[in-house]
Amino acid sequence: MEAYLSLFTKAIFIENMALSFFLGMCSFMAVSKKVETAIGLGVAVTFVLAITTPLNQAIASLLLKEGALGWIHPSFATVDLSFLNFLIFIGTIAAATQIVEMALDRYVPALYTALGVFLPLIAVNCAILGASLFMVERDYTFAESTVFGVGSGIGWALAVIAMAAIREKMRYSNVPPALRGLGIAFYLTGLMAIGFMAFAGIQL
Amino acid sequence: MSATPGILTKQQREALVDPLINNNPIALQILGICSALAVTTKMETAVVMSIGLTVVTAFSNLVISLMRNYIPASIRIVVQLTVIASLVIVTDQVLKAFVFDVSKQLSVFVGLIITNCIVMGRAEAYAMANPPAASFLDGIGNGLGYSLVLISVAFIRELFGSGKLFGVSILPLTTEGGWYTSNGLMLLAPGAFFLIGTFIWALRTWKPEQIEAE
Repeated sequence: MEAYLSLFTKAIFIENMALSFFLGMCSFMAVSKKVETAIGLGVAVTFVLAITTPLNQAIASLLLKEGALGWIHPSFATVDLSFLNFLIFIGTIAAATQIVEMALDRYVPALYTALGVFLPLIAVNCAILGASLFMVERDYTFAESTVFGVGSGIGWALAVIAMAAIREKMRYSNVPPALRGLGIAFYLTGLMAIGFMAFAGIQL
Repeated sequence: MSATPGILTKQQREALVDPLINNNPIALQILGICSALAVTTKMETAVVMSIGLTVVTAFSNLVISLMRNYIPASIRIVVQLTVIASLVIVTDQVLKAFVFDVSKQLSVFVGLIITNCIVMGRAEAYAMANPPAASFLDGIGNGLGYSLVLISVAFIRELFGSGKLFGVSILPLTTEGGWYTSNGLMLLAPGAFFLIGTFIWALRTWKPEQIEAE
């Protein structure tokens, strides 16, 4: 249990997707102009990460890993399909976002209206694919990848919401013209990353 | 561009040169920053990543442009993703076969070329509407624009962070008996954010028309 808790905090704070691996930066910069939209995208990303990371883990370990197909016939035991990882993962993610979108539309229309525009964007958010690739690289089990998926989603959401809150306040500051918008946003992200580094070394 | 005029049409030349400074994908279009920063602690990884990305962008643009009249609009994203993912798999396999060490260091970031917004963005915005030759050049141009930022960031980070370039010692470190005390911030994530911010600042001071309206 403690191992999961430690993995969870690590995914949120210490190895924050956005601030220490630069993942999902494109949408991070694009939607962090308003807190409201940032919350919307943050929730959507967490949601999709929580679904796709364990799903991809299952697919990778049951179908793609070397020897994973041994259950069909012993002669399949040497088949290694792991080079297909990228293609399958991105397919799963695209399909999962589509399903999530349709399910929300049908059952939780209020949430759908709030997240609607962001869901298609998520399919190409690096953080989502990144989480799946990290999961393979670090050999997480199914339970670990669920925890990792949720944790990195929350971490990403936290970073983007905090960033949006800061950028809303930036409107009242006199920023040098050439630094306006994107430039100052990078400096802010850098400072925030330094802030998050304070969490390094926390062990639960 | 010294060698190219004469061979290329004006449109093709613009497709190649424009993304370098005037319309730089990272600085202006905010595309592809995801993988841009994580691989920039060393020149070696940055160069390999740049080559990989340029090749993938160029060929995905070429392939998608060739197929553009046959792709149904409703499933174009899936088709584009499949083309890009296949090209990335090829790149990844080539890297693993020939430069295994670098490929290990790049870890997940080669795979993340798939979701790199530059590749997808150019396929969608340019290759879907333009002939193959121009699209190919546009891909190379955008790849080079990306490489320009990536390699300059890596240059500064490796030089000041560890006193080396391509692993060769340039500024001898105090820990090894030299005079240079390394700047640890450069090797950490925030260093990259500051450098990109400064890069954008410098570019926009030079080209004021890129300044964002507030």
